[in-house]
Amino acid sequence: MKHEHAKTATQNACKLCNPLGACLAFRGIENCVPFLHGSQGCATYIRRYLISHYKEPIDIASSNFHEETAVFGGSHNLKIGLKNVSDQYKPDVIGVATTCLSETIGDDVPMILREYKKEFKNGSPMPILIHASTPSYQGSHIDGFHAAVHASVKALAEKMPWQRLINLFPNMVSPADMRYLKEILEDFGVPYMMLPDYSQTMDGGPWAEYHRIPPGGTPASAIATAASAMASIEFGSTIEASKSAAGYLDMMFGVPAYHLPLPIGINGSDKFFSLLETLTSQKRAEKYEDERRRLVDAYADGHKYVFDKRVIIYGEEDLVIGMTAFLREIGILPVLCASGGKSGLLKKRIGELVPDMDELGIKVREGVDFVDIEDEAKILQPDFLIGNSKGYTMSRKNNIPLLRLGFPIHDRFGGQRMHHLGYRGTQELFDRIVNTVIEQRQNASSIGYTYM
Amino acid sequence: MEQIGILEGRQKQIFEKRKGTTQADIACDTSSLSGSVSQRACVFCGSRVVLYPVADAIHLVHGPIGCAAYTWDIRGAVSSGPELHRLSFSTDLQEMDVIYGGEKKLYKSLIELIEQYKPKAAFIYSTCIVGLIGDDIEAVCKKVARETGIPVLPVHSEGFKGTKKDGYKAACHALMKLIGTGSTEDISKYSINILGEFNLAGEAWIIRQYYEKMGIEVVATLTGDGRIDAVRRAHGATLNVVQCSGSMTWLAKEMEEKYGIPYIRVSYFGIEDMSKSLYDVAVKFPDRPDIMEAAKLIVSEEVKTLYPSLQKFKKALTGKKAAIYVGGAFKTFSLIKALRSIGMSVVLAGSQTGNKDDYARLKEMCDEGTVIVDDSNPVELSKFILEKGADLLIGGVKERPIAFKLGIGFCDHNHERKIPLAGFIGMYNFALEVYQSVMSPVWQFAPRKGGSL
Repeated sequence: MKHEHAKTATQNACKLCNPLGACLAFRGIENCVPFLHGSQGCATYIRRYLISHYKEPIDIASSNFHEETAVFGGSHNLKIGLKNVSDQYKPDVIGVATTCLSETIGDDVPMILREYKKEFKNGSPMPILIHASTPSYQGSHIDGFHAAVHASVKALAEKMPWQRLINLFPNMVSPADMRYLKEILEDFGVPYMMLPDYSQTMDGGPWAEYHRIPPGGTPASAIATAASAMASIEFGSTIEASKSAAGYLDMMFGVPAYHLPLPIGINGSDKFFSLLETLTSQKRAEKYEDERRRLVDAYADGHKYVFDKRVIIYGEEDLVIGMTAFLREIGILPVLCASGGKSGLLKKRIGELVPDMDELGIKVREGVDFVDIEDEAKILQPDFLIGNSKGYTMSRKNNIPLLRLGFPIHDRFGGQRMHHLGYRGTQELFDRIVNTVIEQRQNASSIGYTYM
Repeated sequence: MEQIGILEGRQKQIFEKRKGTTQADIACDTSSLSGSVSQRACVFCGSRVVLYPVADAIHLVHGPIGCAAYTWDIRGAVSSGPELHRLSFSTDLQEMDVIYGGEKKLYKSLIELIEQYKPKAAFIYSTCIVGLIGDDIEAVCKKVARETGIPVLPVHSEGFKGTKKDGYKAACHALMKLIGTGSTEDISKYSINILGEFNLAGEAWIIRQYYEKMGIEVVATLTGDGRIDAVRRAHGATLNVVQCSGSMTWLAKEMEEKYGIPYIRVSYFGIEDMSKSLYDVAVKFPDRPDIMEAAKLIVSEEVKTLYPSLQKFKKALTGKKAAIYVGGAFKTFSLIKALRSIGMSVVLAGSQTGNKDDYARLKEMCDEGTVIVDDSNPVELSKFILEKGADLLIGGVKERPIAFKLGIGFCDHNHERKIPLAGFIGMYNFALEVYQSVMSPVWQFAPRKGGSL
């Protein structure tokens, strides 16, 4: 649909900026401090945005640009900053991500890091410095996320003899999803390297003292082994080739790369489990068969509530793709699949999973904001919306219920503990979707049914 | 416990009050140290928070998407009418714009947004890279103002060009351009502007009501529940009443210089300061003793109901210790008094942007052993919270998880609060919130209280 007004500005963005994703990914490395090379505000805004979702302290250092820094370059500030972070946080790794500011002035960060290592050498071990280029004027937060994962692998993976090891690049999923993925891999009895792993750093227990860096995350030494793995599994089908960690390991070290869409729904989860069975020559544990059986049973119990429901799904492109495949297998029609991201692949990838998308009239739009989605909603009249909290404004205004998932969840409790992946995650999503419909019906009825 | 060191270069921004010691002034008004995890934001943030509540203007952030996305509907600043401030507009600059300049995109965006939303004015915020790519924002704003007939005000808030305080000033600068352009006809001699009150959770309405009850006309609140037309005629008021001194004192001084309007500093938090803020205004109108009488009546009536209702909290909270870390130092003064009135002492007090005078006064007010910090960070805050055995932290979103991780209560005294904490009713809400957090049985499981890890 054409916007009723010409539309140049982005209104109520359905995306965040590149450095946010990088900071989150760096939080999934053990004893790592994310460091933004730019103004103080970037670090502070991103911290508060992440805190509102994860409810965890999130320290992000900043090189704290001043006017002179912008004029003369950020080298001095970056070095002092690295020194200070090293002194105060004693990290194993510092994940340096750039911002629009440092990218625009053209700071040569790799060179500055090399200089730093020389100039500040003092005999004691220095943290590993990883640099991800994340200018906010390119892409969105998901690009920064992949850039940081890619940069970490590139910086750390080294040639080693082959070993029975699986690399898993799970994409920007919840801490609960990450815990589930680790459980699956452990149950397959296969050593793994998952990156990032913020299952604990972004959703951990209480502290008796302040941890400069919370416990948890993938150790740098584990990332180093990535090149020796028997395979890499990467969730996501819109990741730019230059930012694919699995692609890099394949190209540089011949580690076979398997790209799967986010495993949401039975078909998606089956693909993931089958792949693990093939790679490990092992059957999945019985408990996953049980999870699958319960899910199939639940589909049967709930199918009538959801069949032919019309929804709008929005969020990061890979989340939208995985969700769309799932929604189709339970009979829901995603009338619009929308993302603020813009890989150019969204439609193609959805088509691969939902071959009849055109006949069904599924509309796909990349690079949209919430005003675009709202305009579409007025025409498409969906039964509900599925996506992050930021859709609430249009949900409320147009009286369309919102089922929250993904990131950020700023207006509900427990977003970090929400499952999306595998049989378990699908079960949780299915229950919530069915309940959304039931609640809607119950509220709409004047009778006040106590059985639905 | 591992010894937490204070960063070299930070020591001078920390002070512990001890008997018999004379210490140099606390260092402040400096920019944050590179690599320290400051709780501060940037110039843009300062401008954005001050202007955000102006509800009938559009706020267009000129830059890449982040700055607009992170400040979309971020404050609990409510409006009684239009809600344009709750929308997020960005020129969403892309690589090509950075190379070839963003002026055209800015111009088109403005023309379209003004056509679509029909605002009374537009604020254009420059972000970091706008300064670098050399967009002539002033020229674009002038052109659009000419073509659309509404004020289009550039806000020079490039993130790196100073601290949050410079952002406040840039915002005030934009407001100054509006003030003086409206008619002051019919404005009473007994009138004020309320400055630095952002109507979080409707607080400005509460305050406004008190003053109106006293027979005083409130010309404009800057910027809570803000309206462009009200700002335009703010120069017609007799007195400026400034709360949140950090953000608005500059504007008050400018207005004094340009329009001869005197100003006073007040705070609406706690019984003592709230009452004082009514009396202090009333004494400025000595020819109308009824105003003072009305103020006294409001205070006595409010306190009559409030005071007994606080006793339950006081009984439970007496002897508990609080740590305060907020944006402006002025607020800490009120909070110390408010906490004392419910039996609590303050063991840590600090702010992001306090100045020398603020800290001098803070030192005077605080008890022995209280730690005072400027521009602190999570590591330091935690260190002092644990060392001093605080039961409560008062701060904003970024401080909240620190408190909860360490197993102590928390009160959000920042932009996101949804319950009014100003005014007499606000003092009740404050005490209730503190009580509910500090006294919660969940802390029994916190490692600090012997719970297992």
